Amino acid sequence: MTNGMITLSAPDLGIASLLVVILAGLTWRQGVSRSLLISALRMVVQLLLIGLVLNTLFALATWYWVALMAVVMLLFAGREVMARQKRRFRGLWGMSIGALSLMLSTFAITVLTLLLVIRAEPWYEPQYAIPLLGMILGNSMNAVALAVNSITTGAWQQRNQIEARLMLGQSAEQAISQLRAESLHTGLIPIINAMAASGIVSLPGMMTGQILAGSPPIEAVKYQILIMFLIAGTCGFSGLAAVWLGTRRLFDERQRLRLDRLEVMEHLR
Amino acid sequence: MHVGPVSFTLGSVETLVLSSPSGTGKSLLLRAMADLDPHQGEVYLDGREQAEYTPTQWRSKVGYLPAESAWWADQVGDHFNVDDSVDWEALGFDAGVRDWSITRLSSGERQRLAILRMLANRPRILLLDEPTANLDDANTARVEQLMFAYLAEQSAAAVWVSHDDQQRRRLGARIMKFMNGQWQEQDND
Repeated sequence: MTNGMITLSAPDLGIASLLVVILAGLTWRQGVSRSLLISALRMVVQLLLIGLVLNTLFALATWYWVALMAVVMLLFAGREVMARQKRRFRGLWGMSIGALSLMLSTFAITVLTLLLVIRAEPWYEPQYAIPLLGMILGNSMNAVALAVNSITTGAWQQRNQIEARLMLGQSAEQAISQLRAESLHTGLIPIINAMAASGIVSLPGMMTGQILAGSPPIEAVKYQILIMFLIAGTCGFSGLAAVWLGTRRLFDERQRLRLDRLEVMEHLR
Repeated sequence: MHVGPVSFTLGSVETLVLSSPSGTGKSLLLRAMADLDPHQGEVYLDGREQAEYTPTQWRSKVGYLPAESAWWADQVGDHFNVDDSVDWEALGFDAGVRDWSITRLSSGERQRLAILRMLANRPRILLLDEPTANLDDANTARVEQLMFAYLAEQSAAAVWVSHDDQQRRRLGARIMKFMNGQWQEQDND
């Protein structure tokens, strides 16, 4: 792979970073620049760190280090889902709804792919396992964050309609059915768009990266198709789980709408 | 939040008027009776405690009409079951109202349709939060007529929030007032 690869130097990246710096300067008045700069800085530090971690992990290649890495990634994804909620569930639920719904489908689908499709030796070979899990987790994290946010803000905005249905003797299930469908749809829009537009409007990042790094395009494309299917599947399953868990938590055992189980995140107002 | 202490028993075809300044917890009381909020109070219907009914059974039998009605679908008819027998004429509509769009209803029309929507469930208890507050005299009379007829026909009972003394006299009801920090039942004059 290295034969066609052009390695980047620190000054190369420095030139690219100027774009963000200039943008931050231009948007100073709009108040976006602070979060823009902070997240750019976070991106650089986090990616460099993960590069080091992956280097070590690839060298070690033992199953327990891979498993530990996977769990850490999942916890961060759960935290990230929670952090993006404008109104989130109080207490442990805030984090667990995201983490739980991500865990089952992402882990199951990653393991199945490694065993049945990639068939590396050993199957948990970190060079395949970690990037695969990362891509799947990153995308389904978006889906879950969007879906849960849609549930909580939707329930808040539509509380009168939901309660009107309860008052007429409808079950919680019926009263929330519309919002459930809307939220699932909201969570899946990005992946549906990405699949429909890929290759025409956009060249997906993973494929582009592989091509830049010297892979033959058709090999990169095959991997991209695989990844798209996996991502769509996990987004769908984890979105379903999140919508189910979230709407369950909105009602209590007497099927009352319990908005007191949500708290407003001031910084996202 | 705290309501009461307040306690009362309603017989069939009976109406209890609640009258108190806003902020004294009338809506909270009605919401608790409809089992929409967690609460410590005890509510019985036909000798059985609220918790003995499933939530959907309870709320079908104890109909709650909040001060402002909410509509979740586009057309009036979507909020009724197809086989509901609704007396549209009683509140000045005809069956064609099913096709009306919710967004084009006036607040009075919404209120009258919300009443019909609630009665279509055939509840045993009616919890009415100022049901005629935004209606003109003619429609107020229609609603009162309909309620009298319904209570008698179904041997139902009603808790009726009203600030209108004349209406209270027309209802011929028992009245519960909030005075000096507590709820007191008064004799009707």
